Amino acid sequence: MEKKVLVNEERCKSCGLCVSVCPKHVLKISERLNSKGYHPAELFDNENCISCGFCYLICPDAAIAEVRRPEPVKR
Amino acid sequence: MKTVYKKPESITNKPTTYCPGCPHGIAHRLVAELLEEMNLTRETVIVWPVGCSVFGYYFIGTDAVEAAHGRACAMATGIKRTHPESFVMTYQGDGDLASIGIAETVHAAARGEKITVVYINNGNYGMTGGQMAPTTLIGQKTTTSPYGRDPKLTGFPMHVPEMLATLEATAYIARAALDSPQHIIQAKKFLKKAFNTQVNGIGFSLVEMISSCPTNWKMTPVEAMERIRQEVLPVFPIGEFKVAEGVE
Repeated sequence: MEKKVLVNEERCKSCGLCVSVCPKHVLKISERLNSKGYHPAELFDNENCISCGFCYLICPDAAIAEVRRPEPVKR
Repeated sequence: MKTVYKKPESITNKPTTYCPGCPHGIAHRLVAELLEEMNLTRETVIVWPVGCSVFGYYFIGTDAVEAAHGRACAMATGIKRTHPESFVMTYQGDGDLASIGIAETVHAAARGEKITVVYINNGNYGMTGGQMAPTTLIGQKTTTSPYGRDPKLTGFPMHVPEMLATLEATAYIARAALDSPQHIIQAKKFLKKAFNTQVNGIGFSLVEMISSCPTNWKMTPVEAMERIRQEVLPVFPIGEFKVAEGVE
């Protein structure tokens, strides 16, 4: 499945606010480094993400570029 | 996939110069989102202050001017009076608005200028290294109050919205906080009302946003947000202090 949370890793400053507010604990600070030397946040559990957008709302650097929700399946 | 949230277009691609976890960026995003939703981006003039947000014109892509320290409301008065069709707002911190610029702010409010003020309150002078501001809490340690703020010597924290709400000419005065997603959604509602106040030509509007300063409070960003809830919000309660007739 496509990622529900797109992180602009170059903007991220590794403050950890998105990780602290995520109700499903599907975000973490990654091991990678961006060009400024910060460890960007990443979505490691796409399945359990509920696309609530709390990470987007609290992100001070607009590093959460987009939050997407899958279309409901029609029966 | 349906997009729920997306970075506003008017937030530029330049990364902000703020410290990690500084809620200035949240306030910038709220302003940018609302300007886009209300189709005001092209006719907006933002008057930027002196302080951490002095480079704000790099981060929000609207027309902008840079005011002398504290004089943003005076400058916005002139712009709004000469260009009444423009949407004029100021974006100021607590050192700028509540300390050096309190006279300009109070008089702009007393005259009922049709401008919008976004007032970020983090309880110290962030850019210069965390000195005591008028909004510093009693007992809070800063570089110029190393034993904690003593009310006998330096007085009490200043509640700007409560003070301005007593003036007759103000139209919309509110206080919001930027510490949690719930409060941020509420802050956006307050800000929208403040913007509408100006668009409908009712009068002066101000929204205070309780913010943190993780670097100068010497905390992690998450601890700083927790401190807002535990210590700051009891002193600076959230709410609308004045809603004039016709504000929606």
